[in-house]
Amino acid sequence: MTLRFVLLGALLVLAVMPALNRLPADSALHVSDFLISITGKWITYAILALAIDLAWGYAGILSLGHGAFFTLGGYAIGMHLMRLIGTRGVYGHPTLPDFMVFLGYKELPWYWLGFDSFPYALFMAMAVPGLLALVVGYLAFRSRITGVYLSIITQAMTYALMLAFFRNDMGFGGNNGFTDFKELLGMSLNTANARAVLFYASLVLLVVAFFLCTRVAQSKLGRVLVAIRDAESRVRFLGYDVTQHKLFVFVLSAVLAGLAGALYVPQVGIINPGEFSPGNSIEAVIWVAVGGRGTLVGAVLGAFSVNALKTWLTTVAPDLWLFALGGLFVAVTLFLPRGLIGLFSKAKS
Amino acid sequence: MSGGSGNPVLYLDGVSVVFDGFKALNNLSLFVEPGELRAIIGPNGAGKTTMMDVITGKTRPTEGTVRFHQHDLTKLDEATIANLGIGRKFQKPTMFDALTVFENLELALKAPRGPFACLRWILTGEARRKIEGVMEEVGLGARAHDRAGVLSHGQRQWLEIGMLLMQDPELLLVDEPVAGMTDQETEHTAALLVRIAGARSVVVVEHDLEFVRALGSKVTVLCEGTMLSEGSIDHVQSDPRVIEVYLGR
Repeated sequence: MTLRFVLLGALLVLAVMPALNRLPADSALHVSDFLISITGKWITYAILALAIDLAWGYAGILSLGHGAFFTLGGYAIGMHLMRLIGTRGVYGHPTLPDFMVFLGYKELPWYWLGFDSFPYALFMAMAVPGLLALVVGYLAFRSRITGVYLSIITQAMTYALMLAFFRNDMGFGGNNGFTDFKELLGMSLNTANARAVLFYASLVLLVVAFFLCTRVAQSKLGRVLVAIRDAESRVRFLGYDVTQHKLFVFVLSAVLAGLAGALYVPQVGIINPGEFSPGNSIEAVIWVAVGGRGTLVGAVLGAFSVNALKTWLTTVAPDLWLFALGGLFVAVTLFLPRGLIGLFSKAKS
Repeated sequence: MSGGSGNPVLYLDGVSVVFDGFKALNNLSLFVEPGELRAIIGPNGAGKTTMMDVITGKTRPTEGTVRFHQHDLTKLDEATIANLGIGRKFQKPTMFDALTVFENLELALKAPRGPFACLRWILTGEARRKIEGVMEEVGLGARAHDRAGVLSHGQRQWLEIGMLLMQDPELLLVDEPVAGMTDQETEHTAALLVRIAGARSVVVVEHDLEFVRALGSKVTVLCEGTMLSEGSIDHVQSDPRVIEVYLGR
């Protein structure tokens, strides 16, 4: 059984899941609402893992702050969802979200303008993470900051954002963030229909992102990135502007992460500054490491398997999860340096 | 045979380099003709590496003239000199181990270097022929799709020379190419350097005399930063000053 077959099979199973959700609850093939929404969430995680793998697995940029790009994308869509609540909020204010009324805002802050439009919010879900990656990446790569120093900077970036978003006067709902969303694109969110649409949107984005990343990885750019990962100064010596190449992949990766976050938030129904927590970003890197970095498929596999394990373990023994995660990382590093995906190629040879 | 005739590719005249009062190069003059293969030998500390550094712009001479065609190399930086067509192979080969021989050469090929250009890059027949030509030239044709990481020490040196050839240098500087090589690899390398000279000039720094003999080229002997003797290998080996430096005290 080749890897391609397994992937195609998995994709097929995912594609029919929302349909099986419509079967009567007593049917053997019925898929529960819970399974649909949790799988939809994992798909967005898989997109985040792809984004991380493109930057880390190919260009060697180990970002420990990719959760920030994901969360910013989520906040952008969250702002749109908040604007759509309108008079259905507790205070019934036609333009101001509840938390703003509560905090005594008289009018919408300027940076909230435009978020009543879905295309604008979607654009911002890509543009804001992309721009942040451009600025942080430019400063870091131009100064030739690599390796662990870059990881620390990205970690500091997401931590700083977390602290900032916790503040009420930032205008993003403080530690409560955004929730109580009602609708998106005319669909009432808490319906099987909306769940299916968001699930399929995530699945389509995953497939598109996968092919996009594969296209980059298989182009000469992908080989330049691998060369940068292994011997950066030699690439420079060959006449390549390493900063440009790294910026390209870092920004692309951030945009993908932002889009993943934009699909995550309407599915889980809440976004708050806790999502910026450095632990989240590290966990996402572990998905990639477990699946096998520099393979793209491995990143997707890792995101699904680690999260499935997490869901199961946090139900049966919640206290054990962090130990299991740490242990998993150590075990994979020691025994499966090429990740789960390495098992496939081992079986082949 | 003797320097100074015609239009040398590389022209060093009265070059001195002083580090804290120590004369690494002392009034050194050297001419390399188009297509010439030249071996530079000399004991440790003779100034061989300093001479390479001066040519590639890494070290500035205290006095003297260094010219590549009409370009004054003492006023140019390393990248500009490299782009003028002077390629330098360092002692320690560095390449991209995760990429194949073919891919390593492809990255070295002259082509637009930006990320978008690389993303759109399509390997044309012309580029493929050029890469295959260089692979044949350095004797790695059969290893095209092997990762550089699995090559032997000698093959890595040849790949590195191949990567330099991809950039069409007019002058190739090769620093101790056969250090650590087996006898067979050394022989192969000598044949390789003889083969690639002609289309471009090649300057080889080495202290393995058997290897230099195999090159069959004109030899320059450096000692204490200055030229001690120049001519065929038999000529310099019978030169009493060379014998004294190498054997006696």
